[in-house]
Amino acid sequence: MSLNRRDFLKTLGIVGVSLTVGDSFASTNKSNDDVEFYGILYDSTRCVGCQTCEIECAKANGLTEPEDAPQAGVIRNTDEKHRTVVNSYNTSKGEVFIKKQCMHCNEPACAAACLTQAMYKTKEGAVIWRGDKCMGCRYCMVSCPFDIPKFEYHSANPKIEKCTMCFDKIKTGGIPVCAENCPAEAIKFGSRRELLAEARKRIVENPDVYIDEIYGEHTAGGTGFLYLSSVSMNELGFNTNLQKESYPKLSKGFLYSVPSVFVLLPPLLLGIYEATKRNILNKNIENNENE
Amino acid sequence: MKMNNNTMPISKDNDGESIWKFLIREIKPKGKFLTPFNIISIPIILVGAVLIVIRFIYGIGAVTNLTQDVPWGLWIGFDVVTGVAFAGGAYVLTFMVYILNMHKYHSIVRITVLNGFLAYVFYAGALLLDLGRPWNVINPIIGNNFGTSSVLFLVAWHFLLYMIAQLIEFSPSIAEWLGAKRARKILAGMTIAAVIFGITLSTLHQSGLGALYLMAIDKIHPLWYSEFIPILFFVSSIFAGLSMVIFEGSISHKAFSHHISEKNHKAQNGIVLGLAKICAGAMFAYFFMQLLVFIHGKNWEYLNTSMGYWFLLEMLGFVLLPMMLFVYGYKKNSIFTVKLAAILTMLGIILNRLNVTVIGFRWDAIDRYVPSWMEIVVTLAVILTEIMIFRWVINRMPVLRDSPKWVSEEK
Ligand code: SF4
Ligand code: SF4
Repeated sequence: MSLNRRDFLKTLGIVGVSLTVGDSFASTNKSNDDVEFYGILYDSTRCVGCQTCEIECAKANGLTEPEDAPQAGVIRNTDEKHRTVVNSYNTSKGEVFIKKQCMHCNEPACAAACLTQAMYKTKEGAVIWRGDKCMGCRYCMVSCPFDIPKFEYHSANPKIEKCTMCFDKIKTGGIPVCAENCPAEAIKFGSRRELLAEARKRIVENPDVYIDEIYGEHTAGGTGFLYLSSVSMNELGFNTNLQKESYPKLSKGFLYSVPSVFVLLPPLLLGIYEATKRNILNKNIENNENE
Repeated sequence: MKMNNNTMPISKDNDGESIWKFLIREIKPKGKFLTPFNIISIPIILVGAVLIVIRFIYGIGAVTNLTQDVPWGLWIGFDVVTGVAFAGGAYVLTFMVYILNMHKYHSIVRITVLNGFLAYVFYAGALLLDLGRPWNVINPIIGNNFGTSSVLFLVAWHFLLYMIAQLIEFSPSIAEWLGAKRARKILAGMTIAAVIFGITLSTLHQSGLGALYLMAIDKIHPLWYSEFIPILFFVSSIFAGLSMVIFEGSISHKAFSHHISEKNHKAQNGIVLGLAKICAGAMFAYFFMQLLVFIHGKNWEYLNTSMGYWFLLEMLGFVLLPMMLFVYGYKKNSIFTVKLAAILTMLGIILNRLNVTVIGFRWDAIDRYVPSWMEIVVTLAVILTEIMIFRWVINRMPVLRDSPKWVSEEK
């Protein structure tokens, strides 16, 4: 009997382990440099705030075209109808426009959070959302450090909305509509490595124009979307205090400890059980005598 | 062993009666219908049901105040995260009774497991309400796809498995109710395995509920965020669950006193005092950990802010104070003090879980999330329905009542 039980528990333990350690760690484990991701370099010093990207994005994705224009002092935000917005800020260097959308993190918190891999980092580098998998738990929204995934609260069949880097287009060799249509050439699509090189080149060639920092190079473990700017990004409504490590790392320690608990705890409990059972037999006899 | 066979026909053997007739008779409500509890709870449940219909037609935003910045509100923070902490009594008690063989607590195991099981069923149910696309809820189970790097994936699976484990732990009562002797024997034989599996699962998902928030490092107030949330959640689930056991026990012993044998009535005070001692110990460990986390996090600067006072209130008023009351109650044999401590502890747990998940989450957002009255009514409706089912089961199955005679005869 007790042998069977032990076997049973062993099986349970194995089930538990295989449930909890899967293959997907592998995909988030690669270091940032050995993967050739696509990315986007956005140069805020070139941006003129014309909203072409907003309009083209809305058209391409069947969303609402912007009703308002960027205006300093007013923070427009992405939402379930707008995947990207351009804001204007009065900064130490005058008015600066800045675009906001999904950062397409190298190791996205949203994808690590998603229990169905509906949020998914494609090998091309775009982070996409897959409606046939998503159960609408909104854990991706809780986890994204940039507050990017937006949820259709007023729909019986709600979707998560966020920039997908026009994944359908880049899959077939196209480029995202924002990069394609920006009249100021502020948005450049390419491989992340090339874009980083290009960004560094621009900084070196125009040290007076740019601050010496590429937002997204290291932020949150590195992002596919990279920013060049003339002022610190925290003047432009971005959090510059975000950690440099990737966000999925924060819960990795916990997840890694799960298999060991599954392997160690049941036998331990079984051992205590066997030990105390003998005790209790003696006690029971005492008790019965007392009663 | 003394048997207490008053008025309950079901504790007689059911042999000879058709199972269907029996079930139909059992399903009908027993006793008076217009009790004060029913008069208050039935309207709330009905309103809740209407709200749930509205939610499924017009979307989650039609009944909740959730925002794009605060995507998880009362339904997750209270119903799921807090509710599961309170349901922790089941794993702690099965550990004490089945693993440590602390026989003293045996008489309250069944009701605690039942309570835990129903809590999980209903809170998992509440979770479904909160899912935007609930028809896809089976995706992580059938493998479309397995998001194995997700803490929520772990928690979801553990909920499911733990519910099964609890059902197995509870199933002998059902078999006794149905008079199924053979089944009872088989099911009772599975108890230890289910208990061991259940404790392991609980350890992991009680802490997992805290781990859910690990990636929200920039969103939760630093006084409540730390890498140790999982451990803090786990340790606090021990005394949260036991306080719930004390609280629920003191109500059950009034509401269902006719089910409870003389012997168990007498044993109750000893049980409560024993639990008080364990609570005090766990709370001491918890308080100490919170202190270490606080010092480790260098959080002094936040203390002299309104959130800091709020934090101090939680720690001193709802952890330290009830802990001392538990000790006092235990030392002085004061059941009243222990019950008071249990209530304070439970309030403290509600406070703590809401501070992590709702109050301290995006505490700096411009438009702060405050739950709508509709979210509160739905939450109440869920809790009240659970209590009704709980009552239904207790009135029928040998949960508080002693097992039918044939069980002890067979041994
Ligand atoms: S910015 Fe947010 S939504 Fe976009 S990839 Fe990163 S974590 Fe995901
Ligand atoms: S809402 Fe959808 S995409 Fe986001 S974590 Fe949940 S299942 Fe994944």
